[in-house]
Amino acid sequence: MITKKGITASPGVAIGSVLVLDTEEYRIPRRTIDVVQLPGQIRNLDAALEASRQEVSELRMAAARKLGDETAVIFDFHEQFISDPKLRDGVVALIEKHHYTAAFAFGQVMNQRQRQFQDIPDPYLKERVRDLFDIEKRVLRHVLGRAREDMTRLTEPVIIVANDITPSQAILLDRQHTLGFAINVGGQTSHTSIIARMLGIPAVVALNDITADVAGGELLVVDGTNGIVVANPDKETIARYEEQRRNYERFAGKLRALRDEPAITRDGVPIQLLANIEVPQEAEHAFESGAEGIGLYRTELLFLATPRIPSEEEQYEAFRKVAQAADGKPVIIRTIDLGADKLSPAMGPQHDHNPVLGLRSLRYCLLHLDMFKMHLRAILRASVEGDVRIMFPMISSVMELRQAKATLADVMEDLEEEGIPFRRDIPIGMMVETPAAALLSTTFTREAAFLSIGTNDLTQYTLAVDRANERVAHLYSAHNPAVLKLIHQVIRAAHRRKVAVSLCGEMAGTAIYCQLLLGLGLQSMSMAPADIPSIKRVIRATTMEHCQMIARKVMQFDADRQVLNYLRDEFRGLDPEDQS
Amino acid sequence: MERMDPRVAVEREIVIPNKEGLHFRPIMQFVDIAQRFASGLTVHCEDRQADGRSPMEMLMLIATQGARVRVVADGTDAEELITELIGLVESGFGET
Repeated sequence: MITKKGITASPGVAIGSVLVLDTEEYRIPRRTIDVVQLPGQIRNLDAALEASRQEVSELRMAAARKLGDETAVIFDFHEQFISDPKLRDGVVALIEKHHYTAAFAFGQVMNQRQRQFQDIPDPYLKERVRDLFDIEKRVLRHVLGRAREDMTRLTEPVIIVANDITPSQAILLDRQHTLGFAINVGGQTSHTSIIARMLGIPAVVALNDITADVAGGELLVVDGTNGIVVANPDKETIARYEEQRRNYERFAGKLRALRDEPAITRDGVPIQLLANIEVPQEAEHAFESGAEGIGLYRTELLFLATPRIPSEEEQYEAFRKVAQAADGKPVIIRTIDLGADKLSPAMGPQHDHNPVLGLRSLRYCLLHLDMFKMHLRAILRASVEGDVRIMFPMISSVMELRQAKATLADVMEDLEEEGIPFRRDIPIGMMVETPAAALLSTTFTREAAFLSIGTNDLTQYTLAVDRANERVAHLYSAHNPAVLKLIHQVIRAAHRRKVAVSLCGEMAGTAIYCQLLLGLGLQSMSMAPADIPSIKRVIRATTMEHCQMIARKVMQFDADRQVLNYLRDEFRGLDPEDQS
Repeated sequence: MERMDPRVAVEREIVIPNKEGLHFRPIMQFVDIAQRFASGLTVHCEDRQADGRSPMEMLMLIATQGARVRVVADGTDAEELITELIGLVESGFGET
């Protein structure tokens, strides 16, 4: 029995027999050829590059289908790299100058590039050398006319052991028969690890020489949660990991099964769980995860994706898609929250000395009324397609909210004159994300139809901590008593005036905060779709009475450390067998 | 009056703002812009140099977060090209 520690790449436990992937490296002998053969070598190179490009293009489409555009970007780049004339020129120059074979010349060029990557201190960019190996292997395979290795049709469930699994191999893994994988190289951020996580295959990477420690057919345990592999485990070890595997799968299965269960506490209080989305395509995923509506549609991405301001039609199309996907469920569209860390090229250079406190978000919109009005028109036009609501961000004074509402009224008038339909009584709400808005929440409840607490910014502004600044990031905590007091105040103000209140910061999707937030009186939360099952699990395991006790206790603490320790204990006590 | 050569070289220094540096997505955005303009674009980082239209050479710049990168555009629309590139970089490539 050998136990080895690597880096966890994808959680879960897999136990199974090993398939050592042939990690044959192409060693190309240095060979020079006769001048008359040179054109043939160049034709061979061109054919190989084109065949490789096509292959990668297919991979890109497969990746987009299976895992979404995020992953497809990897292969998009591979394709561009392979079709880069500079790459071809470099290889052709070597062929012509030294009379090398196409294979050797190509290997030389790639080798040189890979060496430059070996010494980079930056771990993320350094990992990109794996992509260079992937590209090299693919093109050489075509130059040499070899068949492609096939991991797509495995006949029995196996654990794949290899020196490296390239991103393109990972994407083609036969999910049904691949229990897990363990590889010599790689890191948490290598594309292969990212793909493993998305496919839900347990994986451990950076094991140095796992290929030397196991042989095909031997039994291997891959503990992706802890980054450990055990080769040839004894009986007790197998039993222990079998149990872990069952626990993990039961836990994952429970979360999946929760999808169609209501989010309701054990003493019968229903809680509304909404989803935060950034692009229309996410809406469907949100509803599949059990969301009862879209609590925060961040519209900035529309503006960040292109160098110019998106047209009214483009914006309308995006909003309409989400409203239709919601099928009558509420969709809260937040008006553009650009500025600070989110800058659109169309905004032009920003000269704020302190952008977080500068001309951002609604402030920017109120100064750029043409752009803002076009945005509001698109939202209003989409409002007839479903239960669309509108929400203004970053408000710190009542005047700002009034100005925004006046602008909206102007746009409504325009639409009316033009005879374009929209929902006149569209609910108008606001984010509470500045301490000013939280302190004046009673005032705001008279002017807004609903409030949504944005805890990310509220925490940053209350504690005067920029969490992107690593020197002070440790001071950032949403459970700081000062932040909690503000949240509590907002919820109470809303309840008194019977105005709907929700919370849409990261806090809403963090399971340990859930009982506290319910105890503070929150009955609606909006979070990343992926967080919905784990939050629902907490809600269904607790009672409102218990949550209120937790909240009373927490509000007496002076330090964020105390709050966190207490909340962790309460979270663990919830359903101990499920915490594995 | 004699016709002057309209070619101008515009040069600016930029600092790579995003955590993961010039990796795949930022490079593709960068190259995309460069290819839309008539002007040539050379990009320098330390002692390395890349053609701004070549994704391969851009990757080999190995520009990590905080790296100082010099962009030199040469041609009739050099000014516009640089302005658009600066906009892209200042947006942090839409990343953190």
